[in-house]
Amino acid sequence: MTGLKEKLFGEYIHSTQRKKEALHGLLFVLPWIIGFLVFTLYPIISSFYYSLCNYNVIGKPTFIGFNNYVNLFKDKTFIKACQNTVYMIGIGVPVTTFTAVLVSLLLNNKKLRGTDWMRVVFFIPTLVPTVVACLLWIWVMQPDSGIVNTVLGYLHIPGPGWLSSPTWAKPAFILMMIWTCGNAIIIYLAGLQDVPESLYDAAAIDGAGFWKQSLHISVPLIRPTILYNVTTLIIGVFQWFAEPYIMTEGGPSNATMFYSLYLYQNAFSFFKMGYASAQAWIMLLVAMVIILVLFKVFKFNETEIG
Amino acid sequence: MGKELRGYKIGVMLQKGVIYLFLLLFAMGFLLPFFFLLTGSFKTSSELFSVPFRWFPKHITLENYEQVFTKIPFFRYLRNTVIIVVLNMVGALISNSLVAYGFSRLRWPGRDKIFMIVIATMILPYQVTLIPLYLMYTKAGLIGTFVPLTLPGFFGNAFFIFLMRQFLVGIPKELTESARIDGAGEFTIFLKLMMPISKPVLATVAIMSFMNSWKDFLGPLVFLGSDRLYTLSLAASMLRSNLNPNWELLLALGVVMVLPVLILFFVLQKYFIQGITMSGIKG
Repeated sequence: MTGLKEKLFGEYIHSTQRKKEALHGLLFVLPWIIGFLVFTLYPIISSFYYSLCNYNVIGKPTFIGFNNYVNLFKDKTFIKACQNTVYMIGIGVPVTTFTAVLVSLLLNNKKLRGTDWMRVVFFIPTLVPTVVACLLWIWVMQPDSGIVNTVLGYLHIPGPGWLSSPTWAKPAFILMMIWTCGNAIIIYLAGLQDVPESLYDAAAIDGAGFWKQSLHISVPLIRPTILYNVTTLIIGVFQWFAEPYIMTEGGPSNATMFYSLYLYQNAFSFFKMGYASAQAWIMLLVAMVIILVLFKVFKFNETEIG
Repeated sequence: MGKELRGYKIGVMLQKGVIYLFLLLFAMGFLLPFFFLLTGSFKTSSELFSVPFRWFPKHITLENYEQVFTKIPFFRYLRNTVIIVVLNMVGALISNSLVAYGFSRLRWPGRDKIFMIVIATMILPYQVTLIPLYLMYTKAGLIGTFVPLTLPGFFGNAFFIFLMRQFLVGIPKELTESARIDGAGEFTIFLKLMMPISKPVLATVAIMSFMNSWKDFLGPLVFLGSDRLYTLSLAASMLRSNLNPNWELLLALGVVMVLPVLILFFVLQKYFIQGITMSGIKG
């Protein structure tokens, strides 16, 4: 026992100076510790407790075991919300990632000049308050007087009903997702900057053009960055709330009922706090599993390069 | 040989041209919503709703902006937003610099393990803690006050702690060691020595904190309750959910809400980009 204690804290026991430093250290991080306990740990634990309860705020929570979880999987709206969220993760996230990586690769092409202003253009949509972005996109996507369909009309393509169409509402949201991918582009560009120039030169001597270089050098080397951005996007999709809440309220016929919107409705429209907490816990677990799998698949293996 | 080379050069030029054109069109697409916002805010309602779409207003009107300042309690919403934004910025600057200092410049048992917990909380979806927090604030009678939206800001934010720690770790040890030998207290070293050097990262944290609270929607929606306390974002969404939303007013309000952020961005571009770039490093 003492042996272990010696091993762990030995230098802190024997040196008053180290002891003092440790004490100071704890004092400095104290705000975070309090915040973590009050605003994170306690809510997480009580959220799990509520998820096992029937709780409508007014009465007291009554314990019902895993009934909320069982009922969720019998709930048609919940299943629909899951399907829509899977759609966004399965189609929206890859499309957005592909676009962001492609644009970053093109912007990073040093032979191409006069693209600096475009970086700014791609970034500024992320500065728009979410609510304003939603108001804008309602109009941009307007079936008969919106800009998107007007432009499509010039190309003689009949534009769809976008937000009012069950088929096209989700693609409309994907377009909006792409519009706000500026953060990712900035991060990719920073990652691309770290790729040593000599690698490109060597590939050029071997006769590899821009696309080959991008595919075989740039993309593998920015894999960690892609992983980070994909993770952020997926967490973002799970938390996607303001957009469907303001733009479609989940409609038409639940086509844009996404996970967090339904969670919000259960909690704050129907006051089913336990039910919504169960939803939150499923979301946490699923998000964690997805992230773990991604890390396994994308695992940054240094021996592969070189 | 010469002919071949020229052909190759033309090919390269052509490829560059195609790429540039592609990027240009794409960039134009990104600008379209802004174009619509700006022109729309000067349109009369009949022009706004006209089919087919009108690219430029025929009769430029300032009435929409007038409505923003007269028809809705704009300045009250603005004041509420500014209170929340400023308190969060102040809280973020104080708490995160203290905590980051404790995680980087001082050694204590278990420090790096606990820092992993800080990192782990970053991927925690807000929705998991939202309901218990709401119930907690309800019991404390704090729904319908600014407390739920401002108090947590004073207890550190995982991402900001990470950001500041990255910066502080990079400062050479000798700098603090000599001050310590001279007998300076830990807090003096933090305040007088570390903080002045940390200005760039402090600026980044301030800006990101500003953006977070300026853009926040879910927080105000859940916690504010009464119209008296609405932020600009929340007010805008409530105006939109009216049966007959006043769209001209909303577009002008949108311009008013976007403009300060854009100006701030063009002045302090460096710090905006820095924060985002650093977030990618941990990948």
